[in-house]
Amino acid sequence: METMTDGERDRELDIRGLTTRYGPVTALDGVSVLARPGEVTAVLGANGAGKTTLLRTVSGLVRGSDGAVLLGGRNLAGAPAETIARAGVAHVPEGRGVITELTVEENLRLGELLGSARRGKDGREERVASVYDMFPPLAQRRRQVANSLSGGERQMLVIGRALLSEPEVLLLDEPSLGLAPRVVARIFGLIRDLVDRKRITVLLVEQNARSALSIADKGFVLNLGRVVASDDADALAADAELRHAYLGF
Amino acid sequence: MQQFLNITLGGLSQGAIYAAFALALVLIWRATRIINFAQGAMAMFTTYLALAVIESGQSYWAGFAVALAGGLVLGAIVERVIMRRVEGGPELNAVIVTLGLFVGLQALAAIIFGAAFQSFPAPFGLRGFTFGELTVAFTPFSVFIVGSVLVVMLALVALFRFTDLGLRMRASAFSQEVSRLLGVRVGRMLTIGWALAAVVGSLAGLLIAGGNLVHPAYMDAVIVYGFVAAVLGGLDSPAGAVAGGLIIGLALSYVSGYLGSELVTLAALAILVAVLLIRPKGLFSRVAERRV
Repeated sequence: METMTDGERDRELDIRGLTTRYGPVTALDGVSVLARPGEVTAVLGANGAGKTTLLRTVSGLVRGSDGAVLLGGRNLAGAPAETIARAGVAHVPEGRGVITELTVEENLRLGELLGSARRGKDGREERVASVYDMFPPLAQRRRQVANSLSGGERQMLVIGRALLSEPEVLLLDEPSLGLAPRVVARIFGLIRDLVDRKRITVLLVEQNARSALSIADKGFVLNLGRVVASDDADALAADAELRHAYLGF
Repeated sequence: MQQFLNITLGGLSQGAIYAAFALALVLIWRATRIINFAQGAMAMFTTYLALAVIESGQSYWAGFAVALAGGLVLGAIVERVIMRRVEGGPELNAVIVTLGLFVGLQALAAIIFGAAFQSFPAPFGLRGFTFGELTVAFTPFSVFIVGSVLVVMLALVALFRFTDLGLRMRASAFSQEVSRLLGVRVGRMLTIGWALAAVVGSLAGLLIAGGNLVHPAYMDAVIVYGFVAAVLGGLDSPAGAVAGGLIIGLALSYVSGYLGSELVTLAALAILVAVLLIRPKGLFSRVAERRV
């Protein structure tokens, strides 16, 4: 195991025995996932396995009934979503993270406001400019309402907005959903590059297991709310039995 | 010609008040999808506060300030203490609660301030301006009405367009979940939204009351006209609320002037039905019609 710096230790997301119930249905049943800084940790599994519920419980949109969510050792379980966001957990929800009535610029400014609250206002303009550099289509459409964006542009917008919030941990829910393979490859490449450069922690939920494992370091497989396998991404991708049983490729 | 001019001017100043009231309704509707039927009663209550201040020997402006500040506090309390419990639940629950609040505040005002008619002062003259021989139905107080509504509108536009708080409030109104994920304290934004709406509503209450008689039910008609104005404007659009208010003010003024004042309420109902039949999204709704 490599040693972590202090800054990196603050970014470790340690989910322990997380249980979430929707009425009588147990959607998560004692799930433990460790996501480390500088790594992409993939959470895989079929529809209904509990992947989205896991992210929604971590970010506080859903209240878990048991377990801990430790960010750098501090337990966030049960805190309101806005508090968890301010602690540095940026959740990019599936498909509908863009506020379509606001302009591209205003969407980004919301992320920047959170980033400024967390890190101070110094360099805020540079940070916004760097997102436009990263995603040139957004720069061309900065004054348009986000409703006019394509699916790929929306994904760029929510990822850019999450980055402006200066997160320790990035939770990505199905970033490939509904996107053309070329766009998916580009966005996954970007995520990998970000993790390598900024050493943040990324928890990536995907149904598209093959492409998720291609950029992930570690993987956890969920089935019916439980972790049924966890290993290095390469090992999971090489396990033919697991692939057939749970991952569908 | 002179009659037409007078009716138009009267309609404009009346319409400015309806615009302010409709704006208050729209502010809350946008943020919470609740029609605040207690808006009028809240405004009535703060107007009585102003009257109490004025009758204790303070100036009109002291009463004016107390009413607006009272609206701010009352709006915040109503949201935080009462509406918070029904927000996110079935919409009918929230509607019933605002109706209950409406009845309760009216009864409370009758208990505290009495149910009798009382006259409310105006800060400016109520005699029409004269141009040579011609005296028009536009008074210094009318100028104040139109001016103060204009100032409030511009202040709201500036707040929502140019400030961080305004951006957070708009984000909360459009998507509470995404806003929370971006660290926006949505509950606080709702409280501020109700408080601001109540201030705008209080302004409408003061402007209606100026130079008139107040009693616990004096805002009842304004609730109806303000609601029609808000629906006409599309409920979602602050600019639509203002335009709707002016249109309703003018339309009702023409009905009253040319057809008879007893038909005003009926005309408001006819306009409401016509809007709902012909353009249920309102005249200024941003929802574009589908092009084939």
